[in-house]
Amino acid sequence: MRTQLNHSAKDMKTLDQLKPGESAVIYNIKSSDLTIKLLEMGLLPGKRVHYNFKAPFGDPISVQIAGCSLSLRLDEAHLIELT
Amino acid sequence: MSTPTATAKSINVQKSNLTVALAGNPNSGKSTLFNLLTGLNQKVGNYPGVTVERKSGKCSLPGGQVVDILDLPGTYSIYPRSTDEQVVTNVLLHRSSSHYPDIVIVVADMNNLERNLLLFTQIQDLGIPTIFVLNMADQARKRGLRINTKKLSQHLGQVPILLMNARNGEGLNELKALLQQQIKQHASPFYDVFPLFPEAIAEVKYLLKTQTYYEAYLVLQHFEQLPFLSASEKEQLTHLRNQLHFDKNTLQIEETKERYKRIQPILDEVLTLTEEKGTTSFSQKIDRIVTHRVFGYLIFFGILFLVFQAIFTWATVPMDFIDYLFSQLSEWVKVTLPEGVLTNLLAEGVLPGIGGIVIFVPQIAILFVFIAILEETGYMARVVFLMDKMMRKVGLNGRSVVPLISGLACAVPAIMATRGIDNWKDRLITIFVTPFMSCSARLPVYTILIALVVPNRTIWGFINLQGVTLMGMYLLGFAAAMVSALLMKYIIRAQKGGFLIMELPTYRWPRWGNVFMMTYEKSKTFVIEAGKIILAVSIVLWVLASYGPGQRMEQAEQQLLSEQAQMPGDEENMDNAIASARLEHSYAGIMGKWIEPAIRPLGYDWKIGIALITSFAAREVFVGTMATLYSVGEDFEDESTIKSRMQSEINTETGGPRYTLAVAFSLLVFYAFAMQCMSTVAIVHRETNGWKWPLIQMAYMSVLAYVSALCVYQILA
Repeated sequence: MRTQLNHSAKDMKTLDQLKPGESAVIYNIKSSDLTIKLLEMGLLPGKRVHYNFKAPFGDPISVQIAGCSLSLRLDEAHLIELT
Repeated sequence: MSTPTATAKSINVQKSNLTVALAGNPNSGKSTLFNLLTGLNQKVGNYPGVTVERKSGKCSLPGGQVVDILDLPGTYSIYPRSTDEQVVTNVLLHRSSSHYPDIVIVVADMNNLERNLLLFTQIQDLGIPTIFVLNMADQARKRGLRINTKKLSQHLGQVPILLMNARNGEGLNELKALLQQQIKQHASPFYDVFPLFPEAIAEVKYLLKTQTYYEAYLVLQHFEQLPFLSASEKEQLTHLRNQLHFDKNTLQIEETKERYKRIQPILDEVLTLTEEKGTTSFSQKIDRIVTHRVFGYLIFFGILFLVFQAIFTWATVPMDFIDYLFSQLSEWVKVTLPEGVLTNLLAEGVLPGIGGIVIFVPQIAILFVFIAILEETGYMARVVFLMDKMMRKVGLNGRSVVPLISGLACAVPAIMATRGIDNWKDRLITIFVTPFMSCSARLPVYTILIALVVPNRTIWGFINLQGVTLMGMYLLGFAAAMVSALLMKYIIRAQKGGFLIMELPTYRWPRWGNVFMMTYEKSKTFVIEAGKIILAVSIVLWVLASYGPGQRMEQAEQQLLSEQAQMPGDEENMDNAIASARLEHSYAGIMGKWIEPAIRPLGYDWKIGIALITSFAAREVFVGTMATLYSVGEDFEDESTIKSRMQSEINTETGGPRYTLAVAFSLLVFYAFAMQCMSTVAIVHRETNGWKWPLIQMAYMSVLAYVSALCVYQILA
């Protein structure tokens, strides 16, 4: 049920590639128009992020960061690189 | 390198009232605190130039002083993404305004301090005296979270910090007491923005005489959107930005990261988590169910069904009562006041006009009670989450769901509810298609037409044919909205993709005070916004229907009277016949005859033409016009009488009944699609800041209504 996204050549694991229940540490937020928004919501490099669950059609997803639930579309989760 | 020279400034004492602004993240309990401080002493206006609601109120302090409280829209930072958030920045940067706050209370959810501190430090660095309220302290305590407020205050320039539970009023007295004291402005900034771009910031500070460097920096970030700057100032700033290569996005990211870098060690120092037992796990258990691929939708549609039922069954009693009240009032005015034009205008134009608005208040109130509960509990965010993917397929957005549901009651509050959609294209499409949702004003039109031609028969023991037809009309409206949205998706060029980076708040019990306030505010806004237009138009209609050119109306009446002299009949029937004849020769009647050629292919005659013209202002006028046309006198809402009159109406050309299945369905489809609501046109004009979109929308809906009605009639006839 996963939506295929255009992955760049040098593939770093991104948040949208996690599976529900997994967690990882954020390495970097890819530069885009949404970078500032993601930072504001607490998605900061060095923070542990937990993939909660996805919506019935696979998009958007819900993640847990610093004790708070967020929803992200897959495109947006794709901007978050993990270590 | 210099630091801002600002020193502790005492509060402006010449002004009669202190202005205190409430700022904070969404879901931080800011509105609860606002309701707590002001009670019913609030008023909702608009910020100049934008359509964001400006909520303000008065609060009495124990010492007898009164302070003005301003509730700013919820925001995560000083970098706005939606019109709502833009307001916060505009207010906080407009220092010369008379509404500029003397104190800002920053409300934070104590369980999410890191993110809340970002906004707090930004506001504090603007050089406004601040109070920091840590809300939901009980929940944090239960989680085992301890905080050293004294130390935190030391790190934040001795800012007064208060632990609160706005939900039960804990800490309110302390806050009020604090407002009586002098709150000092922070002397040196939490994060000094100056080194980020010294030349530009110094230049702006000199140019606009801002008080702090941070203010100067933010003006340079946002000046295009700031309404209080003059054109020449904006020109200078543009020049400055280009000349010095001020890259605002990179700087925003840099600033945000730097702030977090300073916040993190402070939190490590002041926060201790003794035992981790979260309320979040409970929320997650609920989330498993409500976002489940089967149960999630079942629950959502179950709730929709309940809301729908409530709107159309619970509301009937108060609606009948309001209807009765207004017809009695009209009657009373007619009997009591001296006869004359003004009395007639009052009794037949103004009062029915106001009644026509007030009658929808019960439905709108019930709808908003539900919406407020769903928002208060945190469920609405899950609906957005659940529907986002589907809505995006047709060019909408998860956040479009609330306006679309609200549209079932009335398009006016529904279109106002689109303000939360941060993407302009998504918002525009939502505004464009919301009027297709079958609002409650269509209901009386649907009921009477369906009752006229669809037999009241039950098939298979449980399906009522009339009920199914009515449901079909609602589905038709929904389908039209979706198809139109899809069309718009390909026509409008997108500037920027939307996003759904949204908090899924922890589930909570609704706070009934907030539910009441929201319902009250929305109903009031509806009465005022829609009321102004419906009232004005009903007066115009009354004039058009009561007067005709020259002596035509009098001549028609005389002719009838002389006919009656020849064959005396029922007095009451005669009065009705006169009323009908007068209408036929009034301006409205002439207009009906004038458009007859255009609507004949749809199966309508001039009488229906009058109804179409009158319901241009508001579609529910249809029933009233029908009542007048078919001479049932004053008792507008008595649908059974109107029904029998309409049923016995003969088509003079065919000799058969006027309202055949084809005509009735053609009318149904016409009313489903046509933009017959001046209030909606006005609200779209206001929300889109111009006439372009309301005119396109009206043209599109009218053409669609005409063509569809034409097809239906030609196929069925």
